[in-house]
Amino acid sequence: MTTRFFGAPVKRNEDRKLLTGQALFIDDVELPNMLHAAFLRSQVAHARIRRIDVSAALKRPGVVAVYTADDLGAYWQAGPLLVPPPPIPGIIFHLRTQVPLARDKIRYAGEPLAVIVAESRYIAEDALDDIVVDLETLPAVVDLEAAMAAGAAVVHDDLGSNVASHVRQAKGDYRRAAANADLVLKRRFRYEHGISSPIETRGIVAQWNARGQQMTIWDTTQAPVFVRNGLAAILGVSERQVRVIAPFIGGGFGPKIMIFYPEEVTLPWISMRLNRPVKWIEDRLEHFVATTHERGQIHDAEIAIARDGRILGVRDVFLHDNGAYNPYGLTVPINSQCTMLGPYVIPAYDSTFTSVFTTLPIVTPYRGAGRQHGVFVIERLLDLAAHELAIDPVEIRRRNLIPPDAFPFNNEIIYQDFAPLQYDSGNYEPVLDKALAAIGYEKFVHEEQPKLRAEGRCVGIAVACYVEGTGVGPYEGAKVQVQSNGRVSLVTGIGTQGQGHFTSFAQIVADQLGVDVTEVDVVTGDTDQFYWGAGTFASRGAVVAGNAISEASQVVRRKALKLAGEVFECSEDDLVIADGKVSITGIPEKFVSLSELAQRANPMRGAVKPGTEPGLESTQYFGPPSGTTANGVHAMVVEVDPETFELRILKYVVVHDCGTVINPMILAGQIHGGVAQGIGNAFYEKLAFDDQGQLLNASLADYLLPTALEIPRMELGHTATASPLNPLGIKGAGEAGAIPVGALFAQGIENALELARKGIELLEIPLSPSRLYELTRKDGT
Amino acid sequence: MKPAPFRYVAASSLAEALVLKARYGEEARFLAGGQSLIPAMNFRLARPAVLIDINGLTELASIDRSMAQAIRLGALTRYCAMEKDAGFLEACPLFADALPHIAHPQIRNRGTIGGNFCHADPASELPAVAVAMQARMCIKSSRGERELAAVDFFVAPLTTALKDEEMLLEIAFPVPRPRSGAAFMEVARRRGDFALAGVAAIVSLDEDDRCSGIRLVFCGVGETPVDASTSVSSLIGQRCTDKAIAGAAADVRRMVAPAGNIHASAEYQRHIAEILTRRAIAMACDRIAHAA
Amino acid sequence: MQPEGHDIELSVNGVQYRRAVEARMLLSDFLRHELMLAGTHVGCEQGVCGACTILLDGAPVRSCLMFAVQAGGHDLFTVEGLIGASGELNPLQQAMHEHHGLQCGYCTPGILMTMTAFLKQNPDPSELELREALSGNLCRCTGYQNIVDAMLKAAEMMRAAAP
Repeated sequence: MTTRFFGAPVKRNEDRKLLTGQALFIDDVELPNMLHAAFLRSQVAHARIRRIDVSAALKRPGVVAVYTADDLGAYWQAGPLLVPPPPIPGIIFHLRTQVPLARDKIRYAGEPLAVIVAESRYIAEDALDDIVVDLETLPAVVDLEAAMAAGAAVVHDDLGSNVASHVRQAKGDYRRAAANADLVLKRRFRYEHGISSPIETRGIVAQWNARGQQMTIWDTTQAPVFVRNGLAAILGVSERQVRVIAPFIGGGFGPKIMIFYPEEVTLPWISMRLNRPVKWIEDRLEHFVATTHERGQIHDAEIAIARDGRILGVRDVFLHDNGAYNPYGLTVPINSQCTMLGPYVIPAYDSTFTSVFTTLPIVTPYRGAGRQHGVFVIERLLDLAAHELAIDPVEIRRRNLIPPDAFPFNNEIIYQDFAPLQYDSGNYEPVLDKALAAIGYEKFVHEEQPKLRAEGRCVGIAVACYVEGTGVGPYEGAKVQVQSNGRVSLVTGIGTQGQGHFTSFAQIVADQLGVDVTEVDVVTGDTDQFYWGAGTFASRGAVVAGNAISEASQVVRRKALKLAGEVFECSEDDLVIADGKVSITGIPEKFVSLSELAQRANPMRGAVKPGTEPGLESTQYFGPPSGTTANGVHAMVVEVDPETFELRILKYVVVHDCGTVINPMILAGQIHGGVAQGIGNAFYEKLAFDDQGQLLNASLADYLLPTALEIPRMELGHTATASPLNPLGIKGAGEAGAIPVGALFAQGIENALELARKGIELLEIPLSPSRLYELTRKDGT
Repeated sequence: MKPAPFRYVAASSLAEALVLKARYGEEARFLAGGQSLIPAMNFRLARPAVLIDINGLTELASIDRSMAQAIRLGALTRYCAMEKDAGFLEACPLFADALPHIAHPQIRNRGTIGGNFCHADPASELPAVAVAMQARMCIKSSRGERELAAVDFFVAPLTTALKDEEMLLEIAFPVPRPRSGAAFMEVARRRGDFALAGVAAIVSLDEDDRCSGIRLVFCGVGETPVDASTSVSSLIGQRCTDKAIAGAAADVRRMVAPAGNIHASAEYQRHIAEILTRRAIAMACDRIAHAA
Repeated sequence: MQPEGHDIELSVNGVQYRRAVEARMLLSDFLRHELMLAGTHVGCEQGVCGACTILLDGAPVRSCLMFAVQAGGHDLFTVEGLIGASGELNPLQQAMHEHHGLQCGYCTPGILMTMTAFLKQNPDPSELELREALSGNLCRCTGYQNIVDAMLKAAEMMRAAAP
């Protein structure tokens, strides 16, 4: 079987709709009789609610209803735990989840207090001002160390402290490693990841049809199946009565897979109550506080290292900003904990974290999902050690890389998929070498940089490595069908956020069934069509859904060949499937079309053999035994203005290994986008909370997303070690671009400004010109 | 974020606009380009009860270089019109330098200089240019006209000296002196963002190439444009050598008192102010040399 | 309260419309929910992200920073107007498709409108000029590289096709 499409840079099926403005996004849903909701959000971060008076709002013309927590009655309940904590011995985990509308207490500025339902969004926003809220303000909990100190205000009173979770994982014997080390380096690191800020915010349209007893929900969710199941449960209806449609989504990046957001839970209830469709579109101002964040960690980390640069052990204790509630469990800090090990042999590792409740928006995964933090710490420790030991920073990494014959490499500690962190496959050194060649490392360090320095220019180079766990379970499913009209359909539960599923998935099917990729109709994100699967997140779509799709396609292919074999009364081995037909090898005139086969497989009359399944259709599922590890190296040449500390990236290289690639064009796009977000995280985006838990820069004018002028051209390279954990050998790639960029910037800027020589270390992200000025000031430069 | 309700009137004449403004006073705002006003309204930070749309008063959009002493810009002149007027840009190099820093082309297609001045954002570029050039603001109400020096027009952040019934009509920019050069520079996080600090410098030289006059005005480091001209007066009578300029820049650093913001510490702003002073004065002098 | 309904007449993509609008209705909402031209997207309502960019009398503007009532008497051009008479993608759209210049597609209409005007004004831009022109449109998915490549290619195609 020749693969025409798999592995090829096939252009996207979904483009035309998007390019012509015809794709359906959530705010494009228009329904007769539709109402509009606006949420009253807390202006303070921490308070007891004494009273909410909505009477004036109810009187405003155009306002149909106003609801608070009390109105929801028995429907009001805290959301479920979405991701249980992994089975780590000794773990402390206190679950406190968000509620549909705040009652008794407010725990972050932006938490919804009430919802107005009106004839238009304009009127609903007018009515927000009519609501009178009587609060007893409490001290905000913002700083992580202050939150842990005695006497700190407590976010969840019954807990008595702000500890959401405490986890320690260890392997080997760090104490002995430190005792035997030639160098033990200890530093405090601060890493803040920012918000996803997709160009499309969130939104929900809920439509209850009382006559049909059907609830239809359009939702910008990356997990439509679980939204459906959860909402059916709390609405008290059968799952079959609820249809969740994730339309085209304008970027997700993680926070759109957080589910049971207050608005998501409230809108369907409102629609049922009023028996009218209701729409809520998050505006940009809301998005800054209403959609989940990733934020910061403080690491006190140390590395025990031998004179030749070999890592003997790493110990790390860190605080993680959890936000006010923890429905997403420990995914983010566990990722930080695990990803710190990187592509290196680290014989002893002792990592402890405390996840801290704060009176700030909830923290859940955003592209990278905590890996950035871990990578930053290990990469910086290696850079600092390299300087101390007078070893080249690339060389020190090379000396610690896990060798290619050591796979599967067991890192022992438990990962976010609840299994021990095992790197299934990889070959790290070629990736590093390829990146070094692409960036011109040797030539730059020995020839170009000295020349530039002599001219007074501050140009530096950086190289950072990472391993990324991808393709985690539990599973995904796919249903492939050849229809009687000859068109092929693929339906899967995994949604889409713009990463080309309508094409990459179609490529898999097209190859198996011998049709053109444009002839495969892909349906995702509609629970009426398919209602099994976890959703698109954690760089797993291609791996998990891809393999399910491949399985289903292969079964349909075999069915078609078997049936054709019966038609021609020949062996299936004598048949070839191509161009929508099955023909006898070498006799192309003897063919039967897929359409005809599909019709034959679903006769209107007559008898069928016992055990026959109708049609040319198959539903298959794939669940990997564990995640599969991708890896990569980023390299960058960066120039810093020594006076203003403005920065310009002169060259950027990514070499990535994600195993087998379905569509290299789509893969490249994912890397580009990830790097862009990484650059934003490293040098431009910073959430500015004051000590009262107020977000001071809740505006795209002041939360700085990089533009086409800040993002350089990127050069991509590729190696492939196929994953042994799935038949297609695929590894995930969605987050790779974003993960090491912070580490890269710190290294590159230090190198450009020769900070190590001056005893100045960059131990935090994000950086900025002003921050660099502050950090370098005491030197007088 | 949707704006609060308001009454909308499209003024069909200047007189009508002024009468309406006089009637409603501070409850009414003029709608020109809307690029500062409408975002504020969408955030509900601004809630005018009445919006008087003056976009139809096209006579207020004009670039008049016919007079010898001053270039007169009508308040409704859009940034894009200035950008397209090569003669104007050549006559006013500070505008040529500053305009590309203002937001993005889409904003510049609507935004007006009058709207920008009346919004009076402390980090905005053109108010600093106006103060540097010692522009004069021509203000009108239904009761008469008056003129104000630019430096007196910008009173506080987002606050001008306009009375409730008044409209900014026209701005007169004195024609640059012979043997003078100008430069505007800023440091911003991204192109088009508000300046962390920006400076407009105008240098005049006598026949001996000694500095005979210097104007230096900042945006972004104070509540209004900060006129630092006197703090660089050490240059007057001097040749503009690197050393002299550096000395003047150091004086500026001591003089400016920025407050800092979420993007830049006060010290960094001070630091930038010094660097921009040095670079802008040097460029201004360079331009005189090249023009000669 | 103010009287409802200012009558406006305007042309969008060559089609004449007459409507009555509340003064405060944003042009972006008017296009999307009154005229059902939902291709123009809303990202921020503060004029920064550029998703709502349309052409007003040929010039790119933020439709979230205009009231519908102001658009009366003007010629508007939105993404829906780009497509050819027989439904073919225009050179910019085609180039975006060929160069994978879109992922989620949400920012795409705004970029197409910005670039339509820009390439008309500057048919042979350098990469830097193009990135400057693009800097008023935020994209969170693509990292801009493929958009830049697509637009440079589109410019090249249009120059070649020009008489």
